Amino acid sequence: MQTSFTPDQLRDPAITAADEILRKCVHCGFCTATCPTYVLLGDENDSPRGRIYLIKDMLENDRPASDAVTRHVDRCLSCLSCMTTCPSGVNYMHLVDVGRQRIARTGRRSAADRLLRWLLARVLPSPERFRLALLGARMARPFAAFLPGRLKALVKLVPPAARTAILEPRVFPAEGVRRRRVALLAGCVQQVLDAEINAATIRLLTKHGCEVVVAEGAGCCGALAYHLGREEEALAGVRSNVRAWIRERTARGLDAIVINASGCGTMVKDYGFLLRNDPELAPGAAEVSALARDVTEVLAAVGLKAAVAGAGTTVAYHDACSLQHGQGVREAPRLLLQGAGFEVRDVPEGHLCCGSAGTYNILQPELATRLRDRKAANVDGVGADVVAAGNIGCILQLAPAIGRPLVHTVQLLDWATGGPRPRVLDQANWLN
Amino acid sequence: MPRVVIPVRCVKTDMRMPVPDTPTIARRQQIVGALRRIVPDGVIADEAAMRPYECDGLAVYRQIPLVVVLPSTVEQVSAILRYCNANNVKIVPRGAGTSLSGGALPLADAVTIGLGRFNRILEIDWDNRCVVAQPGVTNLAITNAVQHRGFYYAPDPSSQIACSIGGNVAENAGGVHCLKYGLTTNNVLGLQIVLPDGEVVRVGGRHQPEGEGYDLMGLLTGSEGLLGIVTEVTVRILRKPETVRAMLMGFASNEAAGDAVAAIIGAGVVPAGLEMMDRLAIHAAEEFVHAGYPLDVEALLIAELDGPQAEVDYLVERVAAIAARCGAACVRVSASEDERLRFWAGRKAAFPAVGRISPDYLCMDGTIPRRRLAEVLARIRALSEKHGLRVANVFHAGDGNLHPLILFDANRPGELERAEEFGADILRLCVEVGGVLTGEHGVGVEKRDLMPVMFDEVDLEQQQRVKCAFDAGGLLNPGKVFPTLHNCAEMGRLRVSGGQLPFPDLPRF
Repeated sequence: MQTSFTPDQLRDPAITAADEILRKCVHCGFCTATCPTYVLLGDENDSPRGRIYLIKDMLENDRPASDAVTRHVDRCLSCLSCMTTCPSGVNYMHLVDVGRQRIARTGRRSAADRLLRWLLARVLPSPERFRLALLGARMARPFAAFLPGRLKALVKLVPPAARTAILEPRVFPAEGVRRRRVALLAGCVQQVLDAEINAATIRLLTKHGCEVVVAEGAGCCGALAYHLGREEEALAGVRSNVRAWIRERTARGLDAIVINASGCGTMVKDYGFLLRNDPELAPGAAEVSALARDVTEVLAAVGLKAAVAGAGTTVAYHDACSLQHGQGVREAPRLLLQGAGFEVRDVPEGHLCCGSAGTYNILQPELATRLRDRKAANVDGVGADVVAAGNIGCILQLAPAIGRPLVHTVQLLDWATGGPRPRVLDQANWLN
Repeated sequence: MPRVVIPVRCVKTDMRMPVPDTPTIARRQQIVGALRRIVPDGVIADEAAMRPYECDGLAVYRQIPLVVVLPSTVEQVSAILRYCNANNVKIVPRGAGTSLSGGALPLADAVTIGLGRFNRILEIDWDNRCVVAQPGVTNLAITNAVQHRGFYYAPDPSSQIACSIGGNVAENAGGVHCLKYGLTTNNVLGLQIVLPDGEVVRVGGRHQPEGEGYDLMGLLTGSEGLLGIVTEVTVRILRKPETVRAMLMGFASNEAAGDAVAAIIGAGVVPAGLEMMDRLAIHAAEEFVHAGYPLDVEALLIAELDGPQAEVDYLVERVAAIAARCGAACVRVSASEDERLRFWAGRKAAFPAVGRISPDYLCMDGTIPRRRLAEVLARIRALSEKHGLRVANVFHAGDGNLHPLILFDANRPGELERAEEFGADILRLCVEVGGVLTGEHGVGVEKRDLMPVMFDEVDLEQQQRVKCAFDAGGLLNPGKVFPTLHNCAEMGRLRVSGGQLPFPDLPRF
């Protein structure tokens, strides 16, 4: 597509990146068809092609974000379904982030909106703060009906019982011969809400010969703040993660950086791009991205032990958008589950987001609920015993809406290879 | 004979659109208010939010509309048209906005009606083997809705993932399987349309229409939004063939591949699809989908054969033998359904995949007699050198429908104009060798000014009389298809006079 940036504008690396992306778009419109918000709303402005147009117009003319740009870019889930569909290789992810940063700087938002966004960016990435916030939210839960829309959505998302265990930096040795040494991203929200996912991941990796290290100094991946348009805040976290993992790799060696929340995985795999202009950390960030793997990718490479439990259980596999569209990981989880003796079933409209999308279900509760209900109907229609997903966001979003237990893929794989049977299998609808 | 001349330059090119009507623009607020009363939650009047509607798949022509309205019921569409008709406001209908001929290019003084909210399948009638769908349902969604019972909808344009069935009707869309199963017009059974005065009429039904007066369905299909707005479509679905196999055949020259196409059809074989790609297109597509295309050939044919197993086995052998006789460098037959889909994936994504090797392209759409294929390709190559622009050829070779993609960089001054000149030369060439201007993309604005190359003045005026029978006020999609707009009143005889309805036999609602 034709662009018109001045040489002066192009001196800004964000604009150079946007220009390269825009030039690849041929405006074919294929992306509209698989975009969840276009499917729901039928407005070109709520499609990737429309948003690309809005962002292009804002950037080219150096305009502050109009209310239209803000409204329609805010409605984008960043599910990246459009990137899977796009035949021209348009990197929508990078473009929409440039758009979000411009909106954060120049757009008009209500004080309540600004406060909520600030709160989310401050609280969620910090396990300690988040744990405290959870307590407050839990106390507010009985009064949820009296809260305004987005606060109600937030409070309702909080599960009544979370099993928190915050991982401290340490090494979990491999069982038997050490075949790999991997760093685990301990995460932020996930370990506060469901520590069982990290526990199952560590059991699974160590029993398959992987030494697992939680590196000193590594914390939240930065995705939550970044997708809220808070670039500097996010990049500070990114830098400390890169330093932590490079330090670990230099000192004791790393074969991979394992991520078990695919939203974070997509972010870490993009560190190389995010810090491409950082004179000090660019090479290290590229190295980190090259080492980053979803946990199922590592397990697929290592090979799973013979299964001892779970055989014949039917599993509806829910593709998290960050895994299927962000990282292109579709086969590995399915093959692992099949290999472990589960009967895997695909969910119709699997490409459509469940509405979780980071903080989307808090910021856009109405659209998120419509997507959640649509997804839940599709999942339940499959009629499986259990649902597996590779991302805490989807698990939190879908669990209350579907009529069957929902677990992280690693919990089923851990169970099949000798680990504990996931508790939710015995207590239907654990989140309610 | 008096004419409305079309002198205003559209953005960046010399494409001239009808002069915007200043009084209409002056009462914009009033029009916006009226539309808001009809569709309270679906009027876009803010300039920033109208901008994404300024073009369709042919992004070189752009114009911000007067206002955009997104109705979600037939009653709303009817009320909008009634209002516009009564107040002399022009209308541009828009489906998914994937047109490559600029069929949905807005006008500064016209309401753009987007049908994106009409996205539900209304009924699957298994007994009558048809699907009733709203016009915004995508082409592929129809197949997706019926494939679990072994059925599919045959016409499959490359944009089938996104293009809408209503748009398919407007443009009489084709696709790779038209060679054997026909264009949209051969697969549509019934339509509900809203006429320019807001009247809702039905044409056809759930069976193959035949012999009841004029073929109105044939007239409406491919009418490019000039006669009415489609609000419901009934299409025939077919049972999936028992066996389907695809073949890849590589050739050392375009001419050899062209000869092979003529030889296959000449031998009486009717493949379900017979497609051709040249070197540039092969490489672009391969890079995107990794279909396993040979990269060391100049031209690639993809043939699909379907039917009972024994027939398919026999035909695959015959086609392979013909290809070998024409000097094929390699022949591969799909061994699995996965592989067959992969063979097609590259072809289906070829247009936008060209976006990876060139920032812009113009997609042409001419049709020629098959036996002139090799000659036309050679002349396109010569034109490519003359205009100094690369061309990637992707086309439905089986029915002679060419899609040369002219690669250019709109950011370089003069390249768009050269690309347009090159495109016009290709279309003139198509007509010269006995072909036509369009195979399946429609005339739109893209080929509008070349219509006189194909039709003389008498032909064009007669076609416009048909338009006048439906839309005497010339309010629906003006500036498309016809290079010169005639005033219906001045053209006389076919003007609808007061109180007398056109087509009084049609059921009206």
